[in-house]
Amino acid sequence: MNRYALWKYLIIAVSLLLGLLYTLPNFFGESPAVQISPLRASSQADTVLLQQVEDSLKRANIQNDGLFLEEGSIKVRFVDTDTQIKAKDILQSSLGDDYMIALNLLPNSPQWLANLGALPMYLGLDLRGGVHFMLEVDMEGAISTALDRHSADIRAALREKRIPYAGVERLGETLTIKFRDAESREQALSMLKSDYDDLQFREERVDNRFHLVASIKQEALVQMQDSTVQQNITTLRNRVNELGVAEPIIQKAGADRVIVQLPGVQDTAKAKEILGRTATLEIRMVDEERDLDAALRGQIPFGSDLYEERGGGPVLVKKQVLLTGDRITDAQAGFTEDNQPAVHIRLDNNGAQIFKKLTRENVGRRMAILLIERNRTEVVTAPVIREEIGGGRVQISGSMTTLEARDVALLLRAGALAAPMDIIEERTVGPSLGADNIERGFNSTLYGFLAVAIFIIIYYMSFGMISVLALSMNLLLLVGLLSILQATLTLPGMAALALTVGMAIDANVLINERIRDELREGVSPQMAINAGYERATGTILDSNITTLIAGIALFAFGSGPVKGFAVVLCLGILTSVFTAVFVSRGMVNFMYGNRRKLETVPIGKIWIPEDSRTKKKFNYAALAKPTDKTVAAAQSAVEEISGGAEMHDEIGQSDVESAATRTAAPDSAQSSEILLSGSDSSRAKTQAGKKATGSGGRKSRKK
Amino acid sequence: MEFFRFSRDIPFMSWRRSAAVISIATFILSAFFLATRGLNLGVDFTGGTVLEVSYGQAADLSQIRGVLTGLNMSDVTVQNFGTSRDVMIRLPVMPEYSSAQLSETVLEALRQADDTVEMRRVEFVGPQVGKELLENGALALLFVSIGIVAYLAVRFEWKFGIAGIIANLHDVIIILGFFAFFQWEFSLTVLAAVLAVLGYSVNESVVIFDRIRENFRKLRKVEVTTVIDNAITRTMARTIITHGSTQMVVIAMLLFGGEVLYYFALALTIGILFGIYSSIMVASPILLWLGVKREDLVRLEEKKPENDGAVV
Repeated sequence: MNRYALWKYLIIAVSLLLGLLYTLPNFFGESPAVQISPLRASSQADTVLLQQVEDSLKRANIQNDGLFLEEGSIKVRFVDTDTQIKAKDILQSSLGDDYMIALNLLPNSPQWLANLGALPMYLGLDLRGGVHFMLEVDMEGAISTALDRHSADIRAALREKRIPYAGVERLGETLTIKFRDAESREQALSMLKSDYDDLQFREERVDNRFHLVASIKQEALVQMQDSTVQQNITTLRNRVNELGVAEPIIQKAGADRVIVQLPGVQDTAKAKEILGRTATLEIRMVDEERDLDAALRGQIPFGSDLYEERGGGPVLVKKQVLLTGDRITDAQAGFTEDNQPAVHIRLDNNGAQIFKKLTRENVGRRMAILLIERNRTEVVTAPVIREEIGGGRVQISGSMTTLEARDVALLLRAGALAAPMDIIEERTVGPSLGADNIERGFNSTLYGFLAVAIFIIIYYMSFGMISVLALSMNLLLLVGLLSILQATLTLPGMAALALTVGMAIDANVLINERIRDELREGVSPQMAINAGYERATGTILDSNITTLIAGIALFAFGSGPVKGFAVVLCLGILTSVFTAVFVSRGMVNFMYGNRRKLETVPIGKIWIPEDSRTKKKFNYAALAKPTDKTVAAAQSAVEEISGGAEMHDEIGQSDVESAATRTAAPDSAQSSEILLSGSDSSRAKTQAGKKATGSGGRKSRKK
Repeated sequence: MEFFRFSRDIPFMSWRRSAAVISIATFILSAFFLATRGLNLGVDFTGGTVLEVSYGQAADLSQIRGVLTGLNMSDVTVQNFGTSRDVMIRLPVMPEYSSAQLSETVLEALRQADDTVEMRRVEFVGPQVGKELLENGALALLFVSIGIVAYLAVRFEWKFGIAGIIANLHDVIIILGFFAFFQWEFSLTVLAAVLAVLGYSVNESVVIFDRIRENFRKLRKVEVTTVIDNAITRTMARTIITHGSTQMVVIAMLLFGGEVLYYFALALTIGILFGIYSSIMVASPILLWLGVKREDLVRLEEKKPENDGAVV
């Protein structure tokens, strides 16, 4: 009856093993580290760089705890955070701008664990410190910019085609193009319709004027929103790289929002500044008439600036800005006809015209493409203009590799935000608070667990011990599961962990109380254990499913910290049902299932109400008015409660017997206590009582 | 060891009228405080900025207030938080500052006044986000309520679903009433606790309902009140031990969990205590009042074998 097939024990053993294995990394902790990764695709993290890093650390006399190459970046461990920060500064100055030097935490667990994919739990920002931002793209701003651009383009196009118009006006999210007669409107409409497929047009007549109202098509709006958000994410990612954050999270949230999480960032002011920055792109002409050498000596000519060209020497660039980056609609890396790496840029209509004019007038000269960020201006490239370029398609080629072409394309695409963004939510947790929070969560769980464990063991003795073991395994599995899933653990998540301890014990209490109930009714120990588990299981499932419903709702509707709570709560319910029902049963079966003659169940002292045997006080008729009906009902109730209607006579007999035992042992008080795992004298007493009631119980179950 | 020695069923159902008076009174009181005082909604819901800073020594609150007034920031709350060295500053939504500027400006000013100040936590929530969080909270509450009613209706019967959810919403209203009365801060974490209580305290009702169903099967021709009284009495030990255990953990949280978990644990404590009361003295009387019968639960299961028999 109380035996498990081998495969069930195997399941328990395997899950215990997996739980241990994946919980293990959490015990090793983490050590401060510096992570060096190449920022440009052209530079690589290889053994050469590794040597370079090692040398510069050695020169500065900084001890490290290991240094290795992994997944395209170099990681160096340090003893403490002070050394870590010192090392970061030194590496930053010796390696230069081409590499991202980030502070990081590396798990201390041995390599074989990491190879198995066993990592410590992923701590949320409230536990490790860092910044969380939610940014919203200002779509209205993006739309009005787009419309402004369109209105300039439309004006130019109408002028070029010599279609007379009275004006173009932007009103909210529409453009109104005014005409004096229907004919020119007709002409304009057919032209605009073919050229602007993301606009829809509507004809309107106001007074004696013929209007054409243009608005952006719904699908074009959606597409615009998507690409705007996407481009902003790319831009943000580039900027975050500069910040030196080891594991940044930048993701889209909803239609027009972006979440940026920067764990471990301490300089939040800098983080905000960089994220909120607007980078711009400019096209200017290279000043070739003036003396570069003189400029290098400090005599920069009036009307020009001296900049550094990427991968090249210094260049003098005229101050006059010919074209800005918001005219660029796309930039892709590719090749020229003769297979040279190149960057293909697409300009919008207006930009194309400006560019056409610019190139026509400057064939043979050099132009410069500049990226301006904060106070830092860099010449991305300064190619020679070979011919007039029309059509808005520009090809930049020169002394660059495919990788550099990719970088430039990315920079051109992502140098600037496509639309302004506002920070609509910010949560910053200082590193000291993060450490405090871990301690708080850990202590709550630890002391809560200890209190519950001690109480349950005292109250249920050996079965309490089993319950506590099951509870520990529950915690083990839960932590293991969280580590495997790499779900974000937050402080509310740790609260859920603690709460799981308190709630999971419910299942074992239900089972143990049921077993006691069965024993109280005089069922034999093996039977009682079996029935206790069987009957409690349904209740346990019911009550856990309702909690699970709440957990799922919290997960679905919650955000940030609440989601963290919900994840742990839901997983905790699953593991606790498994351990409380399946695993604890396994332990009970293993310990007691094989004993043919299990005489007692070590589940603590059970108090058996005197009346359940004498049945005198268990008279429901005393509660209700003694009409015939209620008396009959009460009668049967009493029978039922004491273990089945057919048992009446046998119960009567047992009463006699136990009454006899009682007279034999006069020291027992009014409510006789039976210590099931107690002294010899009381055991004798128990057996006497059990022989009678136990047989009755068995019979009643057969029916 | 056994704490609970009930030699006879406790006549809970005979007290149902007084219980109804108590329940309705606490309910009305809670609703009254909710209506008059309202919840002290945290920055999560109202929008605004919270700064938590820590000083090297006991913080001088009036000096901090002075600094803020110097920045022309009115409507600012400055209070100690946990220890005398920790200070929490609450700022309303200020359109003239962007979120990024606001916290930096304040921190910079505080740093100038006293350079031992250390930033512990900054939380800024835009007004639109706050509104969404509140809406999502309400949605979650609705979803959980419907889910629980549906589950209980399927697993037991619709009367059980109704009784269970009324009892639980009663708990929720009382928790909210406490938060309104004491003007404790109602944050996102407390909302999580409230929803967890909703899921947790329905456990209590489910355990009792399970016993009621079992009793209906076993005890034929017994009055419904007796069935319920017996079910409650026989689950009493489990109720107290389970909730006692959970409460032990919650007390650990109250003691060691720090400020963030304090109100969370407080909400749970109220939820646990009233959860016990409401599943006994609210859910069960409602069940009785809805006219629960043996046939509601047993009929379906008994007809089956009859049909099988007819086929054979």
